[in-house]
Amino acid sequence: MSLTDRRLLLLSPDDNVLVVRAPIGAGEPILVEGLELPLNNAVSMGHKLARRAIRAGEPVVKYGAVIGTATTDIPQGAHVHTHNVRSNYTATHTLEEARAAYEIANEVGKT
Amino acid sequence: MTELSGFLRSDGRKGIRNRVAVAYLVECAHHVAREIAWPNRAEAHVIGFPGCFPNAYAQGMMERLCTHPNVGAVLLVSLGCESFNRFQLESVIRESGRPVETLVIQRSGGTAATIAKGQAWIAAQLEELASAERVPMDVSELVVGTVCGGSDGTSGISGNPAAGRAFDRLVEAGAACIFEETGELIGCEEIMATRAVTPELADILRASVAKAARYYSTLGYGSFAAGNADGGLTTIEEKSLGAYAKSGQSQISGLIKPGDIPPKGGLYLMDVVPDGEVRFGFPNISDNAEIVEMMASGAHMTLFVTGRGSVVGSALAPVIKIAANPEMYERLSADMDVNAGRIILGEASVDQVGQEIYDLVLEAAAGRQTCSEAMGHAEFILTYKSFEPIGPACLPA
Repeated sequence: MSLTDRRLLLLSPDDNVLVVRAPIGAGEPILVEGLELPLNNAVSMGHKLARRAIRAGEPVVKYGAVIGTATTDIPQGAHVHTHNVRSNYTATHTLEEARAAYEIANEVGKT
Repeated sequence: MTELSGFLRSDGRKGIRNRVAVAYLVECAHHVAREIAWPNRAEAHVIGFPGCFPNAYAQGMMERLCTHPNVGAVLLVSLGCESFNRFQLESVIRESGRPVETLVIQRSGGTAATIAKGQAWIAAQLEELASAERVPMDVSELVVGTVCGGSDGTSGISGNPAAGRAFDRLVEAGAACIFEETGELIGCEEIMATRAVTPELADILRASVAKAARYYSTLGYGSFAAGNADGGLTTIEEKSLGAYAKSGQSQISGLIKPGDIPPKGGLYLMDVVPDGEVRFGFPNISDNAEIVEMMASGAHMTLFVTGRGSVVGSALAPVIKIAANPEMYERLSADMDVNAGRIILGEASVDQVGQEIYDLVLEAAAGRQTCSEAMGHAEFILTYKSFEPIGPACLPA
């Protein structure tokens, strides 16, 4: 087993994702299977990063079980979430679009 | 070792609390019921059914809830023109040996007069209940439910497995443990079926999840809230695998539906998704609907694992709140009974937190107030559903 960041947790040997156990900021270097990679966007606790490159159409595996299908190619170390994975059962509902529209309209987060 | 004692009911079950249930039989009577209970809200809990149209499921649920072992007396509050069969409900409660009274607002002089009558009745009942005798109770007489709400990416690796360890201990001690919900087990059906005590039950477990997948697919949403995605969960099957960990490692003894009481100790799956055509909307519209169904099946208390930070409690039966996410625990520690987030930080093992939960179950059964209970949380919700009865292969021989 190659070296992986202490902030990342491998739940099962078959998994192609790692669970984030402490928040990691954008641009911070992370160690994934011996490779040092920059993290493009900040991720919070409980989110997932790709343990290795995952091709579009490939199953995403966590707990040793399939949790969905990749909808785009996902590079190693990238954030794995609703923007690049779909359920094999029912679509996931999020408030992402509503929140983004609200934040633009109200200029939230701008300094 | 915590010594348990309970309030013995005529059906042989024992309660760990001695509450008065104030039950409204239609939303139109809700305000009056709430006002009646308010001065004694720690002991008198409001439950009820909001609908005006009859529903066999709701009738059965109210009968089970009003004769729950934690309930010592019941006040029914009717507007007077609703369709709920209050006559049958009152008879079932009376036959259970509990004091019961029905107030009909339209015949009692309206809001103010009904509130005054109800409050006087509650005060008299509480005086009686204060001197109720406790009898010794064994762990094997406990029924414990588990739900998760506001799940995130930490739930499945800290709080849920720890709750599962506590379940293993309880099942070993002879208690009945109930997990749910089939809509949050989508993707786990094959793994779960291998734990069934009989091949027939394995098929029933698979079928219950297939039913849930169909039902939610018709509705167009999974049992998945926007906050789950914020917390790092991507799909319903990912959420399911985390939720499934609450069931622990024991063999699965049976499948029950809301209101079915486990015939003996063991681990049971509760099938909460209605049978037949999709009707009446979502199976359980929020977490408390699940807790209510656990209570209807006799749960004395419910273990509630949360990552995002649910603060709810429940009417009638205490809720033990288990924080899965250590960051959330820091923000909401006064609402949380157990900090399973320590597992994420590497400060405690799943076994250690499982033991803490088990100990707290016994302490709560012995009378210790849980956080939500002490803060007056007594949420309740009941909506329309329809079920077919379970078959004989669902229960252990």
